[in-house]
Amino acid sequence: MSERAEPRTLFEKIWDRHRILEREDGQVLLFVDRNLIHDGSAPAFEALRQRGLKPRAPERMLGTPDHYMPTDVRRVEEIADAERRGMVEALARDTAEHGITAFGLEDPRRGIVHVIGPEQGFSQPGMVIVCPDSHTSTHGALGALAFGVGMTETTHVLATQTLWQRKPKTMRITVDGRLGAGVTAKDVILAIIARIGTAGATGHVVEYAGPAIRGLSMEGRLTLCNMSIEAGARAGMIAPDDTTFAYLAGRPYAPQGHQWEAALDRWRALPSDPDAIFDAEVTLDGSAIAPMVTWGTSPEDALPIDGAVPDPAASSSADRREAMRRALAYMGLTPGMPLEAVPVDRVFIGSCTNGRIEDLRAAAAVAEGRRVAPQVTAWVVPGSGLVKAQAEAEGLHRIFLDAGFEWREAGCSMCLGTNGEIAAPGERCASTSNRNFVGRQGPGARTHLMGPAMAAAAAVTGHLTDVRRLMAGG
Amino acid sequence: MEPFQRLDAVALPMPRPNIDTDQITPARFLHKPRSDNHGAYLFHDVRRGPDGGMDPDFVLNRPDYAEAKVIVAEHNFACGSSRENAVWGLYDHGFRAAIAPSFGDIFSSNALKNGLLPVRLPEDVVAGLLAQLQDQPGARVQVDLEAQTVTLPDGSVHRFEIDPFARHCLLNGIDELDYTRTLSPEIDAFMNRYGHENR
Ligand code: SF4
Repeated sequence: MSERAEPRTLFEKIWDRHRILEREDGQVLLFVDRNLIHDGSAPAFEALRQRGLKPRAPERMLGTPDHYMPTDVRRVEEIADAERRGMVEALARDTAEHGITAFGLEDPRRGIVHVIGPEQGFSQPGMVIVCPDSHTSTHGALGALAFGVGMTETTHVLATQTLWQRKPKTMRITVDGRLGAGVTAKDVILAIIARIGTAGATGHVVEYAGPAIRGLSMEGRLTLCNMSIEAGARAGMIAPDDTTFAYLAGRPYAPQGHQWEAALDRWRALPSDPDAIFDAEVTLDGSAIAPMVTWGTSPEDALPIDGAVPDPAASSSADRREAMRRALAYMGLTPGMPLEAVPVDRVFIGSCTNGRIEDLRAAAAVAEGRRVAPQVTAWVVPGSGLVKAQAEAEGLHRIFLDAGFEWREAGCSMCLGTNGEIAAPGERCASTSNRNFVGRQGPGARTHLMGPAMAAAAAVTGHLTDVRRLMAGG
Repeated sequence: MEPFQRLDAVALPMPRPNIDTDQITPARFLHKPRSDNHGAYLFHDVRRGPDGGMDPDFVLNRPDYAEAKVIVAEHNFACGSSRENAVWGLYDHGFRAAIAPSFGDIFSSNALKNGLLPVRLPEDVVAGLLAQLQDQPGARVQVDLEAQTVTLPDGSVHRFEIDPFARHCLLNGIDELDYTRTLSPEIDAFMNRYGHENR
C-alpha cells in the first residue's frame, strides 16, 4: 500500500522547508530568505555593532529609505530636519559598511520597502521574508510567508539569518463570487476586517482564497495582504499562480533562464493541497461587497459608502457603545449622518497599501477632466520611483496636476507622518493608507480609509463619495 | 536583559480594547535612540489635553499610579505596528508586566525580548481585575513568573500560560541571540543544503 503524505497548506509547506531545528518546547528556528530594511532600522545595526557582530548574509538583504524623507526632496542634503536626515544617512552608512544593497534617495528604484520588494522581484513565492515593519505581510501576495518583526528580532536576523518562532495557526478566508464594478481589493480587505474585527485573525496566518481573490491582479493581491495585520493576522498569503508568475517574470532579482524554469517547478508545488485543513475558515460573498470607507478610529469601523454613520445606542454591548462614542467624538461625526455627506479637507493617495501603478491609474481615471474641490488639498505620492516614472510615461501625472492634485516624490508620507507630512488637528483626510488610529496622520487628525478611486472621488467632490456614481458619468 | 521572576506592584487600569501602538508611542518619536528615556513619549498625545497640558484625569497622570509597574487593559492591547518603541515606552516608564485577554502579536514578542512580561488572562478575570483596580486606586497585584500565577487585589490566584522558551529566557535574563549563536553549526549546515536545493 502506498503511503500518502499528509495534505498541507501553503503556509505549512513554506514553514516545513525553512525549519532548521525544533526545540522540545515547540519553538522552531526558522531560516529567513529575505530581510528588508529601511530608514528606521538603525537601532538593529547599532545593537549589532555593540556586540561586535556582522550581518550573516548581506546578499539576502535590501534596504531603502521611505519613512523619514519628505516627499518634496530628491537629495539627502535637501532634508531640512537634521534628525530625519540622520535616519536616511544612517541607512546609507549601515548598508555601505556591510555590503548590503540599498537604493538610496538618489536612486530611481527607491521607494516604500513593501512596494520595491515585489517590484524588483526580490520577494518571491515560497520565501520567508521579514522586515522591521508590520506591513511586511504585503509580500505574502506572492505566495511567501512574510511578516513584520521588532528591532531585537531584526538584530537576530541580521546576525544569524534565523528567527525563533512558534508555529501559528492557519485561517482561510474565502471570497466567493465576483466583485462588482468599482469594487477593489481595498474594499474586500476592509469588508473582511469589518466582519472579523481587528483581532479576528490574531495568532493566525491567513490564506486568502476563492474566485474573487484569484481574479485579483498582483497589485490588488498586494493591497489585500498588506492589511492582514489590521485583522490581527501574523501574515497573509495567496497561493502563487500564473498571475504571480507573469508578474515576476523578467524582474531584476527574479531568477532568470534555466533557474526561472526550476523556480517555476518549485513554485507550482506550493499551493495548499485540496484537502488541507485550516484551523479556522471564514467565507464572504464577493458580489455583496460595496466600496467601503471607515467612519471611526479602528480599521474595523468600516461600512459601505452608501451607509450612514452608525448610532452607538444601537449596539448591544456597553463597551462597544463607549468605544463608538469615543470614536465619533474624535472623528467629529454625528450618528445617522449619511457617509456621503461627510466633507474632507485633505486627500492622500499613496502608501504601501495603494501606491502602485494600478492604484494611480484608478485614481487618475476618476480625476481626469475634473477639478479638486476648492477647499481640498489633495496629494498623490507614488509608492516608488519606478511607479512614479511609469505613471509619468503614461501621462497620469498630467491628469493629476491638471486636476489640481500635488504630484510628489515616492515615500510613506502621510500614511504615518514620520517625515513631517501630517494633517492639522481636526482636519479630515480621505486616505488610501491602512490605519485610521487616533493621531495616526498627526495629532487630532481624522482619517477615513478607502481605495484610490474613492479617494480621488472625495477629492473632486469635496466629500466622501460613492465612486460608482462618478464612474457612471454623473 | 534584566531577569523577571516575581513582581508585587501597583497595577494601572486602562479599561479599553484595541489600544494601538500609535497611541502608546506616537510615530513622531520613533527615530529617538534607545538611549533616550522613552517613558517621556509614552501615551504622549492621549495623556495631554487639547491645549497640550497634561490631562489630570488621564489614568497615567494620577498620583495613585506613580509607582505602577503593571498595566491592565482589555482585549487586543498594543495592536498595530511593529515598533519596539511601544515596549521601550512602557518599560522606561517603569512597567514590567502588562495584563490583557489578548495582545498584538508583534508587541507580545517584542515585550518578551525586553523584560516586559505580557500576561494573558481570560476576559472575565481581566474584567474583574479592572473593576477591582477602579474601586481601589493604587491596589497591588502579584505576578509570579516561576509559578505562572497572578494574584489579584481580592486575593484570588489565576494561572497564565506562557511559551516555555520565553519564560526560561525571561526568568534568567538570557539573551536569545547569544543562545542562537551557539547553534551556528546547525545553521551553517542548513544554509549549505538549502542553497543547493534552490539553485
Ligand atoms: S506606507 Fe505606511 S504602512 Fe507602509 S511602510 Fe510606510 S509607514 Fe508603514
